[in-house]
Amino acid sequence: MLVIILSGFIFAALIPWLYRRFGPRSGWLFALLPLSWLVYLAGQAPFILGQGQVIEERISWMPSLGVELAFRLDGLGMLFALLITGIGALVIIYGGGYLDGHPYQGRFFVLITLFMVAMLGVVLSDHLFLLFIFWELTSITSFLLIGFEHQRYGARAAAWQALLVTAGGGLALLAGLVLLSQVAGSGLISVINQNGAVVRNSPLYPMVLLLILIGAFTKSAQFPFHFWLPNAMAAPTPVSAYLHSATMVKAGVFLLARLTPVLAETPLWQMLVSGVGFLTLLTGALLALGQRDLKRLLAYTTVGALGTMTFLLGLSDALAVKAAVLYILAHGLYKGALFLVAGAVDHSTGTRDIERLGNLASTVPQVALAALLAGISMAGLPPALGFLAKELFFESLMESTWPLYLSLGGAILAGAINFVVAALVAFKPFWGRAQDVPHPPHPVSVEFWLGPLILSGLGLVVGVIPALTIPLIQGAAQSVLQFPLKVKLALWHGMTPVLGLSLLTMGLGGLGWAIYRSLWQGGRIWQKLAPVGPAHLYEVGLTGLRRFAAWQTRVLQNGYLRFYVMTIVLTTVLLTGFTLLSRLSWLGVGGWGSIRFYEVVVVALMIMAAVVIPRLRSRLATIATMGMIGYGLVLIYLIYSAPDLAMVQFAIETLTVILFVLAVYRLPKFTLLTPSPTRFLDLLVAIAGGMLMTALVLVVTARPMVPHISDYFAQNSLTLANGRNVVNVILVDFRGLDTLGEITVLALAGIGVYALVRLTLGRLMVHFEGLEEEEEVEHERAL
Amino acid sequence: MTLALALLIGVLFTIALYLMMRRNLVKVLIGLIILSNAINLFIFTLGRLVRGRPPLIPAGETALQPPYADPLPQALILTAIVISFGVTAFAIALMRQAYQVLGTSDLNELRDTDIQPRYHPDYHHAESEEEGH
Repeated sequence: MLVIILSGFIFAALIPWLYRRFGPRSGWLFALLPLSWLVYLAGQAPFILGQGQVIEERISWMPSLGVELAFRLDGLGMLFALLITGIGALVIIYGGGYLDGHPYQGRFFVLITLFMVAMLGVVLSDHLFLLFIFWELTSITSFLLIGFEHQRYGARAAAWQALLVTAGGGLALLAGLVLLSQVAGSGLISVINQNGAVVRNSPLYPMVLLLILIGAFTKSAQFPFHFWLPNAMAAPTPVSAYLHSATMVKAGVFLLARLTPVLAETPLWQMLVSGVGFLTLLTGALLALGQRDLKRLLAYTTVGALGTMTFLLGLSDALAVKAAVLYILAHGLYKGALFLVAGAVDHSTGTRDIERLGNLASTVPQVALAALLAGISMAGLPPALGFLAKELFFESLMESTWPLYLSLGGAILAGAINFVVAALVAFKPFWGRAQDVPHPPHPVSVEFWLGPLILSGLGLVVGVIPALTIPLIQGAAQSVLQFPLKVKLALWHGMTPVLGLSLLTMGLGGLGWAIYRSLWQGGRIWQKLAPVGPAHLYEVGLTGLRRFAAWQTRVLQNGYLRFYVMTIVLTTVLLTGFTLLSRLSWLGVGGWGSIRFYEVVVVALMIMAAVVIPRLRSRLATIATMGMIGYGLVLIYLIYSAPDLAMVQFAIETLTVILFVLAVYRLPKFTLLTPSPTRFLDLLVAIAGGMLMTALVLVVTARPMVPHISDYFAQNSLTLANGRNVVNVILVDFRGLDTLGEITVLALAGIGVYALVRLTLGRLMVHFEGLEEEEEVEHERAL
Repeated sequence: MTLALALLIGVLFTIALYLMMRRNLVKVLIGLIILSNAINLFIFTLGRLVRGRPPLIPAGETALQPPYADPLPQALILTAIVISFGVTAFAIALMRQAYQVLGTSDLNELRDTDIQPRYHPDYHHAESEEEGH
């Protein structure tokens, strides 16, 4: 499995080069990678599913933190991995046609491959932190793919929203996973799953559960975080089909299933998970009313479907888990297909508005067929897989402890709306009267219908012959429940209450389809309710955050050097001064010590020079006075046993003065810029800083010298490095690498000076007409 | 003498900080140079003052005999002097260039990254076009 992950990353790195070589049709080539994984996984299937075995791989990664590259392929991982690689291959082929001629097509292939690897990593990881890393990688690739057409403001905003919601949840998840590994005493999921009772009895359990649920719910667009998913439809359609319907949004559901053995079967789990799932199920269904865009319709029903899965996992008995697993498979097949159909329709006609579409079956017959097959499954009609999934869903509702009128009522309502949406998406665009579309419908190439046809065909085939899928469902359900069980699936159960419920749903759905226009009129109420929805809350929060950031940037990063210097000086004076004063007891000041006449003269001259400088009006005089300070320093170094310093200081001071004098006539004259009260304030701050330094010198020198590393240099300079000048030996021998770094810095400064002197900025300036106006408009919109 | 040097360090820091709070680029630069001198002197003084005992091993001996001036701060300061010269040279060149291209040395006018060039020898034609506004 490590080979799968690594080969994926390596392949993704090669894609730009391959794409340049083989051009837009290279989708077929890139699909070979997931196909080969699919073949490998299918080869393991008898072993994993038939015998209930697992494949494990473990490589030590960060032993000090107990993090391992631990992979584990079990039934649940198998189900997801097959979905990811299978749909992934079809989506990549589809992308070759859908994005043909798009300037970023190569980028699409890279990102979608990276995402696929990350998603496989999520479902194959056996370590909490490894899973988390891949989890976040999917969020990042999702962000990049939603913002694929980054020139559009809407795409960028949607990408931000998706990232902020899912990565925000990811932070909670990280905290939850850390806690969980602490409580369980291991990061390995397979180990933790054996010790479920320990975790459930821990006082930290509610905290662990809540944090992990926030992560799972944001990722899987559960209420109240559902709003990012419909907005993520700004991504290209193959991305929506793959990430935002078939795979990534199911990562949250996957996590719930994965951690069911350790976290489930408590009242808290059942209440939170099925409660939120049920709310989401209703939210998704009801919000779909009134939508006219094919993709948004599909997005809201995806939210509803994710709610259904979460709801079922919340019930967490054997029947419900079976239903959830079956629902995951069925939904992946039909919803993936329908998204791809929507993309093909969009490509063919230039619109996704259901009111403007009709009679496309004659132009794109294969797409129409795929839509029909997938639509049957989505509507929950026999003999498709969707029908089986819905039957099982009803069955587990009948056995749950929930009040029947509530759970069944909600499920039937959602099922009926699903039916109507299926008809609108899969039926209406292809039959009936032709409508006005932006450009005359044109036939589409094989890339467009191959994927949907395979997916929807599979949904039908396994519906008719459920035996094909039983091992998969059984294997996945077993690894969720961790005990062996038998799965039986059949289209015909006999005359049961469940069949009656199915018929009722279909009847209601048919009725809804007949009057869908008035229903959709009613759906407009959502626009009126928008100001109280969670999406609005997000907007308000984000705007507030931006305002706050802008405010604190304006205040703290205001661009005035004076303000920065003042802040630094005052902070230092306050903090250091406070420490000095609070430990006044050990303060002591050394005496004058011995002082000689010529020393007094040097120091006095330097102080005089320093005091005079701010008052000088002539630039040349200022530089000369500055030189006085520098040369004074030379004398001090000379008196106090530092001949090397004196020499260097002398040379450098001379160079600086010469450089200044050479440049001085190109420099501006001094003018009085600041009013005197401000200057007085500045002087006070500066004096505070100066006094602090004086105090520091006195305090430190009053204390005895601490023995330190200088002794080593003094003893070993000659014996080890054959040099009698200890300072030189330190620089070129003991700390030779530091000096090399210093030389590098000097060389860089030299190059910088040369570039600055030679640079003629005027020639390089490019003036963009109208750019500023555009930026302003964008800026206003962002605020 | 330490007291005198402590006083000198205080004065140098005061003047350097005051100059760095000015709006004129040249003054800020001079402040920067004085500041680096002040810091060097600060480190030097903290390394304790020793007269007439440079850290040189006399001929015939294999190691320094105390008392000697601490070689470590000296090595540090030596590096610091050279580096600060690099910074100064770069700053002078940058300042000269900024003044020529932007026509101002008032830091308050240099707060924005989108400031428009006002004067440059190689920029005449563009300038004459822009004279309209």
